[in-house]
Amino acid sequence: MDASVRPSTEIGRIALVGNPNSGKTALFNALTGAHQKVANYAGVTVERKEGVIRSPSGRVLSVLDLPGTYSLRARSPDEEVTRDAVLGRLPGEAAPDAVVLVADATNLRLVLRLALELKAVGRPMVLALNMYDIAQRQGLRIDLERLSAELGVRIVPTVATRKRGIEDLIAAVEDLAASATAAGEGSWHAPDAAEIRAAHHRAERIMKACVKPPERPDTLTGRIDSVLLNPVGGLLILLALLFVMFQAVFTWATPLMDGIEAALGALGGWVAAVLPDGLLQSLIVDGLIAGVGSVLVFLPQILILFTFIILLEDFGYMARAAFLMDRIMGGAGLHGRAFIPLLSSFACAIPGVMAARVIDSKRDRLTTIMVAPLMTCSARIPVYTLIIAAFIPNKTVWGFASLQGLVMFGLYAAGIVSALVVSFVIRRIFWRGAVEPFMMELPAYKMPHLKSVLFNLWLRAKIFLRRAGRIILPLMVIVWALSTFPYPPEGATGPAIDYSFAGMLGQALEPLFAPIGFNWQMVIALIPGMAAREVAVAALGSVYAIADAEGSGVGALATTLADQWSLATALAFLAWYVFAPQCVATLGVVRRETNSLKWTWIMIVYMFSLAYLAAFITYHVAVALGGG
Amino acid sequence: MSDEIPLSQARRGDRGVIVRVGGHCHHQEHETELERRLLELGFVEGAKVELLHEGLFGRDPIALRVDDMRVALRRHEAANLILRREAC
Repeated sequence: MDASVRPSTEIGRIALVGNPNSGKTALFNALTGAHQKVANYAGVTVERKEGVIRSPSGRVLSVLDLPGTYSLRARSPDEEVTRDAVLGRLPGEAAPDAVVLVADATNLRLVLRLALELKAVGRPMVLALNMYDIAQRQGLRIDLERLSAELGVRIVPTVATRKRGIEDLIAAVEDLAASATAAGEGSWHAPDAAEIRAAHHRAERIMKACVKPPERPDTLTGRIDSVLLNPVGGLLILLALLFVMFQAVFTWATPLMDGIEAALGALGGWVAAVLPDGLLQSLIVDGLIAGVGSVLVFLPQILILFTFIILLEDFGYMARAAFLMDRIMGGAGLHGRAFIPLLSSFACAIPGVMAARVIDSKRDRLTTIMVAPLMTCSARIPVYTLIIAAFIPNKTVWGFASLQGLVMFGLYAAGIVSALVVSFVIRRIFWRGAVEPFMMELPAYKMPHLKSVLFNLWLRAKIFLRRAGRIILPLMVIVWALSTFPYPPEGATGPAIDYSFAGMLGQALEPLFAPIGFNWQMVIALIPGMAAREVAVAALGSVYAIADAEGSGVGALATTLADQWSLATALAFLAWYVFAPQCVATLGVVRRETNSLKWTWIMIVYMFSLAYLAAFITYHVAVALGGG
Repeated sequence: MSDEIPLSQARRGDRGVIVRVGGHCHHQEHETELERRLLELGFVEGAKVELLHEGLFGRDPIALRVDDMRVALRRHEAANLILRREAC
């Protein structure tokens, strides 16, 4: 419609702002569909989500989904991005031509104050009253005309999950963006307490004038809460949920993981058959395919885990889980919200570290990231099962418990307990006394929508694969090169890896590892095992010259290990694996997410130190008890 | 009958109106910051609150109804809010 005023090729820029839980991201998805790019803002680890809309009149509009906030007065890196983006102060970002304030129509009180604050900035603005269907169902009467007049903004009712009101919203935004004067720096100052109070009173007055309380208020949320937030019952339900989740992650994923492994094995076999023997074949099969495989194989577990997390998030349960866990985790100096990242870390520390973004406070977020890799991720399982199968007798103790199962349980418990201890220590050493407040909205329960759950699942899987893949691929190539070059001399008798850089490094490092009972074969296996923990199993297979150690050969490898290692050595190896940061992909993601080399090094040093200490103690105690 | 207590001392089922947000002294940066954050989350003088749920350990944190929304908060932060309790 305004194509005559501005050429249709010109891009209008829109920013979405809103309270947490306002359905802002659902609206963003409804607006942009699959046309979105997820990246980071320059210099900060805040997710930058941008999408593109082509309006009916042919204009291209770029939409930025800004982190949810109650105020422009930022208190976390996420909220700083929202503030700076709205004000046009974000380096490398043009100021938006129009702001869409997304509001939960059933929960207007706080967003009206934000609307007044945004209004003062002076950017053209549209108010999207989202979840309008729920408001109508509750019999909530909103006088749209009056509200529009009071706020001085155009209002569009929307139902993002059903894509209602989206065209109206696009049209409204287009009008605004076209008529707006050039976007400059908005004027704004952080309101003090008195100004916030004054704005609240204004918002309250507008609310009274324009909104009639619902005839059929939501009583369901209260009734569900009285069960889910029951001090004892609520915790039991949370535990039961966790139990189901773990069962699902570890049993449902197995056939899919086996399938992926088989497919990659077949692909490797095919490449090996097609390409001539030599460096290129080895690089592709042992370096690239194995590298991609080591990430891809965790995808089923991560997808199942994400499905649970997204469902619980959309339902509104995650805030309740944080409420229930806050005191328990708070004892160790962790925030209630750290619960979700730490939970994810049981599948894989990478999505766990990435999920730490839900924590507002920088300190709490760093603490969570630092301990996330201590959670027993599924890459440790192949190592644990191998050693347990080789060394722990399969017998029943106390009449009902399997000794092997008990050892496995002990390894999990060791991870959890050490994470709590480490976070306690981090809080004592690095930020004494500072206690971040725990306060958050408990959103009304909502039925998750299948389509948006699937969409989010796809989005998160994509992000995981891209981040992990980008880091793990080059590293796999480096590890491959270390274990391939130089070639063994003519007539060499040992396996090729013994003569490689990894082999030399392993033998050079052996004196360092002798006090914890490791022989040089183990040290060599630890080097490719840096790429990912489970790679050590394959590497042990190759140093002990057992082909296909991960597949049918596990039994054979276990027998060999039982023959070659003492019990004390095996237990020390398990203790090492509880702590050692044997996963460069995690370290790479930590570097990205903390944006700090210092914290990455702190993690590397503290985890290796703990691993060494734990293995040392385990080895010597076991030797003293006759396990040498 | 009505009495004023810090919200941190309220018990499950207590309801009333917030009569003061923030302490008297505003010398400390983090106190004024906490006051503003509480205000932004809807804890403003005149807000109707009801304590809905308490955590298992030390009855902490607490879940409240604040006007028409629900908010979770630690008792530590709730100490900055004065509640005029209504007799029930």
